[in-house]
Amino acid sequence: MLSRIQFAFTIMFHYIFPPFSIGMGLLLVIFEASYLITKNKIYETITRFWIKIFAANFAVGVASGIVMEFEFGTNWASYSRFVGDVFGSPLAAEGIFAFFLESGFLAILLFGWGRVKPWVHMVSTVLVSIGSIMSAFWIVVANSWQQTPVAYELVTTNGFTRAEIVDFWGMVFNPSAMVRFTHSVNGAFIQGSFLVISVAAYFLIKKRHIEFAKKSIATALIVATIASVAQLFIGHWHAQVVAEYQPTKLAAFEGQYETTDNASLAIIGYTNEDKQETVALQIPGMLSWLIYGDVNGVVTGLNDFPQDEWPPVAIVFQTYHIMVGLGMFFIAFTLFSSFLLIRNKLFQAKWVLRIMVISVILPVIANQFGWVSAEVGRQPWVVYGLMKTSEGISKSVTAPEVWTSLILFFIVYTLLFFVWLYVLDREIKHGPDKPDENDLVYKVKGDRVNSIKKMEGE
Amino acid sequence: MIVDFNVIWYILVGFLLVGYAILDGFDLGVGALHLLSKGDYNRRIMLNAIGPVWDGNEVWLITGGGALFAAFPHVYATAFSGFYLPFMLLLFALIFRAVSIEFRSKEENPNWRRFWDTAFSIGSILAALLFGIAIGNVVMGFEIGSDMEYAGSFLDLVTPYTVLAGVFNLSMFAMHGAIYLNLKTEGDLQQQVKKWIKYTYISFIILFLALTVATLYLRPEMIANFSFGAVTLPNSHPLITDHQTLISVIAWLVVLLNLLSIINISRTLAKNKPIQMFVSSACTIAALIMLFALGIFPNMMVSNLDPAYNLDIYNAASSEYTLRTMFKVAIWGMPFVIGYTSIIYWTYRGKTELTESSY
Repeated sequence: MLSRIQFAFTIMFHYIFPPFSIGMGLLLVIFEASYLITKNKIYETITRFWIKIFAANFAVGVASGIVMEFEFGTNWASYSRFVGDVFGSPLAAEGIFAFFLESGFLAILLFGWGRVKPWVHMVSTVLVSIGSIMSAFWIVVANSWQQTPVAYELVTTNGFTRAEIVDFWGMVFNPSAMVRFTHSVNGAFIQGSFLVISVAAYFLIKKRHIEFAKKSIATALIVATIASVAQLFIGHWHAQVVAEYQPTKLAAFEGQYETTDNASLAIIGYTNEDKQETVALQIPGMLSWLIYGDVNGVVTGLNDFPQDEWPPVAIVFQTYHIMVGLGMFFIAFTLFSSFLLIRNKLFQAKWVLRIMVISVILPVIANQFGWVSAEVGRQPWVVYGLMKTSEGISKSVTAPEVWTSLILFFIVYTLLFFVWLYVLDREIKHGPDKPDENDLVYKVKGDRVNSIKKMEGE
Repeated sequence: MIVDFNVIWYILVGFLLVGYAILDGFDLGVGALHLLSKGDYNRRIMLNAIGPVWDGNEVWLITGGGALFAAFPHVYATAFSGFYLPFMLLLFALIFRAVSIEFRSKEENPNWRRFWDTAFSIGSILAALLFGIAIGNVVMGFEIGSDMEYAGSFLDLVTPYTVLAGVFNLSMFAMHGAIYLNLKTEGDLQQQVKKWIKYTYISFIILFLALTVATLYLRPEMIANFSFGAVTLPNSHPLITDHQTLISVIAWLVVLLNLLSIINISRTLAKNKPIQMFVSSACTIAALIMLFALGIFPNMMVSNLDPAYNLDIYNAASSEYTLRTMFKVAIWGMPFVIGYTSIIYWTYRGKTELTESSY
């Protein structure tokens, strides 16, 4: 149990950062491409500013990510022995294909201005963005195999039973991998673009860096709108996959205890596992229709499964509905803001800008809760239908040891989180460097000499 | 010809570890020396000397861990759960190091900078010590039972021998870090760095001799793979008995490489050839890890309870299919990795200069 708390705590802390990186990575590509195409200096200012934020975010993401890589071994040794043959491969692939790409070219992004040609810098930005998305791909592949295990066989050697891969690509493209990857990355696009929108809206309210802020919002809002609307369809597709492969999870999402046709979709409410009742504002038949395209489709309820295979229904139900609710809000809010933007009224609408400033927290919650509902919804299994979470822990690790590390993680991560906020706050208050200052950074060696001559001439 | 993918993966995991030790070795070494440099300017030069490359270097560890998990899941599981607390300590050290580099420059306040300087240096020293202690423990063996689980306690891991290995590793990384800084610095700071190279080189030699003697005394078994069959261990694997000559020849070549590169460090220091000196210390690190790997081969973790409980490259490995598939993946991926790494180091060659985007 302690190991579960520790893993949940460390992964939730970690997962604050990668979605920002993935989302901002895409925006950096767009900003820098806009600069190269339009030659408008403002886009260079924008790109440089967001790279700094990106780097601070990336550092905490890497630091907390190393922990994740090794926690399978430290706390979940039995799980690691059972799945190592399958699960280790995507992790190794993530290192080889994603992390080297990301961390290597980030160096050029950060320190490469003036050292490399602009197009080399642009290519590096693209590679960092691709790297962050590839990293999401491999880790979601690994997790999806836990959700929908396929392409394996159980083999017993030396008294150990374990899952071994029989088809590598079958394992990689397991039934839920692509949809969950798309869903997560798209969620990250929303989170990253909301951060850009939030900071830029803050500048507009404070009447600072006006042009910078307007251009940032316009670009980020387009990304946020497309991603929010797309998420509706991706989320729908995902729910269908869950319905097909993990019926207990779907039933827990909706608090569905009885198997029924014409199942209704809960909008908001609560569920009581002991009394087996769900009180909610519901749309009759909607759940059946969404999953089968037919209001009379039969949705399997939790009662068709032994109760010891139920996930904790209330947590799954609430986190899932909060995520969906926030998703709906993103669609409404981004569409409305885009409408104002087109009508040229957005930058005067102070109240909308104020909502933008605070709303950066919402995609973070949505992404976190989406994962909570996905992971808690998989319980009591660590590998769905194959291995219970309680069987996966390390046998040689004692409770006091986990207490020690858990408390330390708590202290260190709290400290880190506040330092990160503080640094971010300072960077934002400091704002982008003025274009004039940027002029003093030279693209090639000749530039420097020329501009010194020019200055001397003046 | 039958290809033994278990041996190939032992070499590949070893390759990643060597890559990690050479690359992160110098930036841990720079961290260990960090507090010795005086003044904000010098410290910034030191940080920025590793600035563009340190997190790429750390990826070698992450990928090494991933490769170990994929290829030898039992070693991954036994080692990391068995050494739970030291491992957590290592993770905290690495976390502090990483964020210190990033956060230090965000504030001019001297106290802020002093705090992150200290965190950076302690994190680096601790990590270097712990890596050495870990290797020392692998040499000495563990209480591994028939269920492949570690049965000892935290305190069993800290013995005079393993601490000696930790301090030795720290001195080696500090030397390597100083030799790297020699490439990156100029003027007064470089003069100071050259003194560091001398001191760390001398302590490295002393500790190297001490550790070699201690290893041969406490663990004479380590010599078996160097002995052309003169020394055989109980429970020796057919792989060893069939290829004794080949393995011993390779082992002695590595010994030769090791001695030559150690000697070459002092020669290049005297003749002032910084690049050759760096190559020599990189070769020293590589050779030492290879010696260690050859010493325990084909075991990966030795059990002190019963040799039958040893985790070797066969009983701890993934299936043949996975090893073969992942080998293809690695063969595809590694040229890219080496390519990226070369591009980055080439871009940032030469002396470190501070610009407005520096730390």
